[in-house]
Amino acid sequence: MAHGPAKGFTRWLYTTNHKDIGSMYLWFSFAMFLLGGVFALVIRAELFEPGLQIVEPEFFNQMTTMHGLVMVFGAVMPAFVGLANWMIPMMVGAPDMALPRMNNWSFWILPFAFLIMVSTLFMEGGGPNFGWTFYAPLSTTYAPPSVTFFIFAVHIMGASSIMGAINIIATIFNMRAPGMTLMKMPLFVWTWLITAYLLIAVMPVLAGVVTMMLMDIHFGTSFFDAAGGGDPVLFQHVFWFFGHPEVYIMILPAFGIVSAIIPTFARKPLFGYSSMVYATASIAFLSFIVWAHHMFTVGMPIAGELFFMYATMLIAVPTGVKVFNWVTTMFRGSMTFETPMLFSIAFVILFTIGGFSGLMLAIAPADFQYHDTYFVVAHFHYVLVPGAIFSITAGVYYWLPKWCGNMYNETMGKTQFWLAFVGLNVTFFPMHFVGLAGMQRRVPDYNQFFADFNMISSCGAFLFGAAQIMLLYNVIATIRGGKKATAEVWDNPEGLEWTVASPAPYHTFATPPEVK
Amino acid sequence: MKTAGQKNSTPVICAKLGITVVMMFVFAIFIMPPLYDLFCDVTGLNGKTGDALSKDKANSFGVDTSRTIKVQFLATNNENMPWEFGPKITSVAVHPGEPTVINYMATNTTASDMVAQAIPSVVPFKAANYFHKTECFCFNNQPLAAGETTDLGLSFIVDIDIPKHIKTITLSYTLFDITETAKATGVTKLEADKGLSSTKRLSAPSFLSTLAALN
Ligand code: HEM
Ligand SMILES: [Cu+2]
Repeated sequence: MAHGPAKGFTRWLYTTNHKDIGSMYLWFSFAMFLLGGVFALVIRAELFEPGLQIVEPEFFNQMTTMHGLVMVFGAVMPAFVGLANWMIPMMVGAPDMALPRMNNWSFWILPFAFLIMVSTLFMEGGGPNFGWTFYAPLSTTYAPPSVTFFIFAVHIMGASSIMGAINIIATIFNMRAPGMTLMKMPLFVWTWLITAYLLIAVMPVLAGVVTMMLMDIHFGTSFFDAAGGGDPVLFQHVFWFFGHPEVYIMILPAFGIVSAIIPTFARKPLFGYSSMVYATASIAFLSFIVWAHHMFTVGMPIAGELFFMYATMLIAVPTGVKVFNWVTTMFRGSMTFETPMLFSIAFVILFTIGGFSGLMLAIAPADFQYHDTYFVVAHFHYVLVPGAIFSITAGVYYWLPKWCGNMYNETMGKTQFWLAFVGLNVTFFPMHFVGLAGMQRRVPDYNQFFADFNMISSCGAFLFGAAQIMLLYNVIATIRGGKKATAEVWDNPEGLEWTVASPAPYHTFATPPEVK
Repeated sequence: MKTAGQKNSTPVICAKLGITVVMMFVFAIFIMPPLYDLFCDVTGLNGKTGDALSKDKANSFGVDTSRTIKVQFLATNNENMPWEFGPKITSVAVHPGEPTVINYMATNTTASDMVAQAIPSVVPFKAANYFHKTECFCFNNQPLAAGETTDLGLSFIVDIDIPKHIKTITLSYTLFDITETAKATGVTKLEADKGLSSTKRLSAPSFLSTLAALN
C-alpha cells in the first residue's frame, strides 16, 4: 500500500489520488486566474482614459464576458474543489475520496471545457460578447455563431462540478473516521458539504438554461423568443435561480477556510461552532428564494419587489452571525499576523463592506438607481475578491507547508498581502463612487467626469495583478526548497491534517485515526 | 471503512444525488417555463392577453352601458422589421360587454415575400385578464407577398367585471419578422391561412415532437 506516485506524465493523466487531483485543480485554477486577470487588465487598460483607445467595443464586450466566465467557472470554483480534494479526506481521516476514478474524470474534462470556451475568441464573429450572465435574446437571437461552443463548454463544466459535488458528499457521509461525528467535522468540511448540495441543486438548472438557448438557436423553439410566444424575462428568472445560489457556492467554502485559520492564529477555539453550521445552512436555504433581487427593474409587481427585498435582507442576519463569531474568536486572543491570518482578517473586514453594499442594493427602490452601474461591480468584487480570492490565497499559504513540506517566505507573503490589499481597494473602492454617480457597467467608453476615478481604478488593477505574480513565485520557490516544516507547522493548530507528517505522505490514513 | 451512523452505501448516495440532478434539469426545462406562463396568466403580468374567447361565451356577457372604457391601439415594429404596420383608428370608446371589431393594416414594403408575427401586450397589467379577443391576427402568423397590403382584423370584448378604476386600456402589438424561422419550420402560406401553425411557445410535450420531426 505504501507505494509512491507513478512517474512521468501518465501519473497525472491516470491518477486517482486525491492529493494529485487536488494539486491539478489548484494549478488549473491558477492558470485560469492569470488568464482571467489578463482579460481584466485589457478592460482596465481600455478604461484608463475616456474615449476608445486600445480595443474595439466589440472586443471589449468579449473581454468583460470572458473575464467573468473564466473567473467564476475557471478560477474560483476549481480552486475550491482543489482545496476540497486535498483537505477533506485528510480532515475527516479518510484514505482518499469516495469515488477516485470519477474524481480523475471530473478534473480532466475541465481543461477541455475551457479550451473550447477560450477558442471561441479566435472564431469567426468572435467569442461570447453578451456578459457572463448571457441574457437572452443577446445570447440567442443576437449572439455570435460561436455561442454553440460556449453552450457546449458550459455543459462540460457543469458535468464536472456535479461529479465533484457528488464525490464530496459521498466522501463526507461514508469516509469519516470512526468517532468523527457530523458535529465534530471541521467547518471547511461542513461548508463544503452544504456547497456540494447547492451545486447538485443548481448546476442542472444552468445546464437547463443553456439547453433551452441551444433549442431556441438551432431547433426552432421559442423559450426566450417573444416572436414565438416566449419571454426573455423567463431567461432571467431561470438564470438567477441558478445564479444567486452560485454566488454562495463561491463564498461558503471561503467561510470554512477562514473558520479554520482565524482560531489557529488567535490561539482560541472558534467561537460558536454550531451557530456557524446553522448559519451556513440557513444562508444556503435563503439563497434559493432571493434570486429576483437581480431583476428589480424588469417590471415585477410590487408584491414581488417587496418579497425579494425582505428575503434578501434576511440573508444579512446569518451572515452577521458569522462575522460576529469570527470577530469574537479574535477578541482577546493572542494573535499573530502570519500571511494566512492577514488574508483572513482582510477577508472579514472587506467582505463585510461588500455585504453592506449588498444591503444597499437589496433596497428595491434604491436599486433602480444602482442597477447595472459600477456600484454593482464594486459590490460583487468586494464580496468575491476578498471573499473568494483572499480566502483561497489564505488557504494556500496556510496549507502549503503541509502539502510540500517547506515553509514559504513569510516576508514575501506579507509583501504580497499588502500589495494585494492596497491594489484591491484602490481598484474597487472608487467604483462605488462612479457607480453612484451613474457610470454604467460593461461600456468601453464613459463620460469625462468619471475620468479621475477610473484612472485610479486602473492603476490599482495593475498593482493587484503584480501581487499575484509574487504569489506564483513564492509558491514555486516553496515547492522547490526552503526551511523544513514540522508536522504541526503552526502553533498548536486544530485538525487531523496536522497529525500527519509534512509533506503529507502520498497515502494518508490508510488505517483510520482515532477521533476522540 | 464505515462510521457507526452510516446509513447508505456510496452507490446509493450516488444514485440519489444523480436522480436529484436529473430532476432539477427537468424542472428547469419542463416545469419552470410552464409555471412562469401560468403565473403570468393568472396575474396578467407582462400584459399577456391569453387565448381566444369563443363567440358564444362573449355574447353571453350582456352590456354594461353605464360605463365607457377607452381602448387605445399601438403598433411597434421590432428591430429591422421593414413593414408598414399600424392601427386604422388609434382608439375607440366601448362599453364593457360590447363586442367590437377594429382593423390594423400592414404592408410588406420589401421586394421579397415575408412572414410576420404580431405579439400583443396590454397595460395596465391588471386589465389583461379582462380584455378578451374573439378573433385576432395575432393568433396566426401573417405571410405577405412582396408589396402586398392587407387588413388585419381584431374582435374584442371588455369583460363586464373589469375593475371600476380602469378607464383606459392600451393594447400594443409588436411585429416580428419570422421569415427565417417560418422557412425553417416549413410554414406555407396555405397552412398559415388555415391557422394550422400555432405560434405558441413549444413547451414540454410539443417541443419533444418538434425534435422528433426534425430528425
Ligand atoms: C449580505 C449579502 C448580500 C446581499 C444583500 C447582496 C445583494 C445583491 C443585490 C441586490 C444584487 C443585484 C444588484 C443589481 O444588479 O442591481 C447583487 C449582485 C451581485 N452579488 Fe450580491 N449580495 C450579497 C452577497 C453577495 C455574495 C456573498 C456574493 C458572492 C460571493 C455576491 C455576488 C454578487 C454578484 C456576482 C452580483 C452581480 C451579478 C451580475 O449582475 O453580474 N453577493 N447582490
Ligand atoms: Cu444575488
